[in-house]
Amino acid sequence: MAHGSALARERRRAAALFLAPMLAVLALVAVWPLARTVYFSFTDATLGSLDSYVIVGVENYRWLAEDPDWWRAVRNTVVFTVVSVTLETMLGLVIALALNARLPGRGLLRAAVLIPWAIPTVVSAQMWGWMFHDLYGVVNEALLAAGLIAAPKAWTADPDLSMTAVVLVDVWKATPFMTLLILAALQMLPRDLYEAARVDGIHPVRVFFRVTLPLIRPALMVAVIFRTLDALRVFDLMYVLTGNIRETMSMSVYARRQLIDFQDIGYGSAAATALFLVVALITVTTITLGRVRPGGKGGSG
Amino acid sequence: MKRLLFALLLAAIVFYTVFPFYWAIVSSLKSGSALFIVEAWPADPTLANYAAVFRGQPFGRSILNSLLVASGVVGVSLALAVTASYALGRVAFRGRSLLLLSILSVSMFPQVAVLSGLFELVRALGLYNSLWGLGLTYMIFTLPFTVWVLTTFMRELPRELEEAAIVDGATPWVIVTRIFLPLLGPALAATGLLAFITAWNEFLFALTFTLTDDRRTVPVAIALMSGASAFELPWGQVMAASVVVTVPLIALVLVFQRRIVSGLTAGAVKG
Repeated sequence: MAHGSALARERRRAAALFLAPMLAVLALVAVWPLARTVYFSFTDATLGSLDSYVIVGVENYRWLAEDPDWWRAVRNTVVFTVVSVTLETMLGLVIALALNARLPGRGLLRAAVLIPWAIPTVVSAQMWGWMFHDLYGVVNEALLAAGLIAAPKAWTADPDLSMTAVVLVDVWKATPFMTLLILAALQMLPRDLYEAARVDGIHPVRVFFRVTLPLIRPALMVAVIFRTLDALRVFDLMYVLTGNIRETMSMSVYARRQLIDFQDIGYGSAAATALFLVVALITVTTITLGRVRPGGKGGSG
Repeated sequence: MKRLLFALLLAAIVFYTVFPFYWAIVSSLKSGSALFIVEAWPADPTLANYAAVFRGQPFGRSILNSLLVASGVVGVSLALAVTASYALGRVAFRGRSLLLLSILSVSMFPQVAVLSGLFELVRALGLYNSLWGLGLTYMIFTLPFTVWVLTTFMRELPRELEEAAIVDGATPWVIVTRIFLPLLGPALAATGLLAFITAWNEFLFALTFTLTDDRRTVPVAIALMSGASAFELPWGQVMAASVVVTVPLIALVLVFQRRIVSGLTAGAVKG
């Protein structure tokens, strides 16, 4: 026993040494910059004078609360997140179920489905930007040919359409991630369960809702949380596809614009801090809800 | 009938995921007014756009920059993460799961939330507009990710191996470097590959912490190609550049598909 605890102590000491370099780097590039951003949000610092500034208290936050553009960015981000993640989950489920069937060339199919995920967001935004082109875009061409629209649409510039365009590109880009995680969960399900359901003559749709969905729910929740957090900080897509237009500006685009384009470190940091708080709040809530709900369901179902 | 519908569904899925990339290839092979004609394959394919991309700007340099930053960041992250993941995966100590969760939460940080702090840091270190500075900032997302994924792989290694080594008097350092490291080859490959793709694709930091053309990475170069005037975007060249940087990624995905899937699911499903 004495030997065991001496060994355990030695292992703990080694663990501390093993962790130290990694934690030091994270403290330097994550914790410290985050703390500085929060600190800057209470000052009037500008990009040109990062070392001479005055503490202004909550002034920046007061401006932020009064700026309709900020609230528009908040709304855009929430709408974008809810709509894209919902679509990605449903589409991801469909594709994962299709790929889960035993069929020839499944590996190749899975690889093809992965392609959008590997493509840089900037590149996918440019590719779709070209497809959505108002004059020469293939999307307009196809919709015109099919008689679905009467005149070409300015997908990325039209205030009524730009958010739709952004969501469509994000769905294309991020669905593979959902598909993969769902597929991995599906492949871990016991086959005999389905045999039994088939023998009993239960309708496949019923099997899906009664057996499959509850079983893959934990994996689905994790995938949804990951995607939600990713969608809340969206930047590249809007920046490249639609630029600074008000109808699609996300919280990240808003904050960076204040920080770098307008060089207002104090005010921009306030927006960045607000975004951080929103993300942190949603993380805590979803994780808590995600933990509570399966338990509650299990009791009633 | 059912089979036909299913085949149609699969075809639709493949069409949906592959078409935009196919269209980028088709468009990249057209020049001049041919670009404005919608056709399945260019009547007169040309590589002029590809030549123009490399001649008109330091795009080769951008590719080199991206390669240097991404591989450097992956190397350092893996080196730091191997020992750290041993500590987190195999040594029992108080506060371990809290620490692991905190590390994971760092990878959830919105990049914008650290932007002004990082800007100050990078400038204070004299690393603004340098690849070293960029690499340093990338650690904020590659490091938590590699630590998290490698920890789940570390946990799966057989306990007996470690116990036997302890009986032989091996120190934790020897266990990690001599016994576990060789077994972690596939895990390191999967994790490294995913981290590489993330770093290769990163845009916000690269846009903010570099200034001159010769320090740009690929995503910034491609995004800024359409900068100046909204009416004269060199779409053919943008598509050519997109194809150039995406083909290696797609090749990687096709070759290492299984590894990528194992890395992604280890990072998420078991979390």
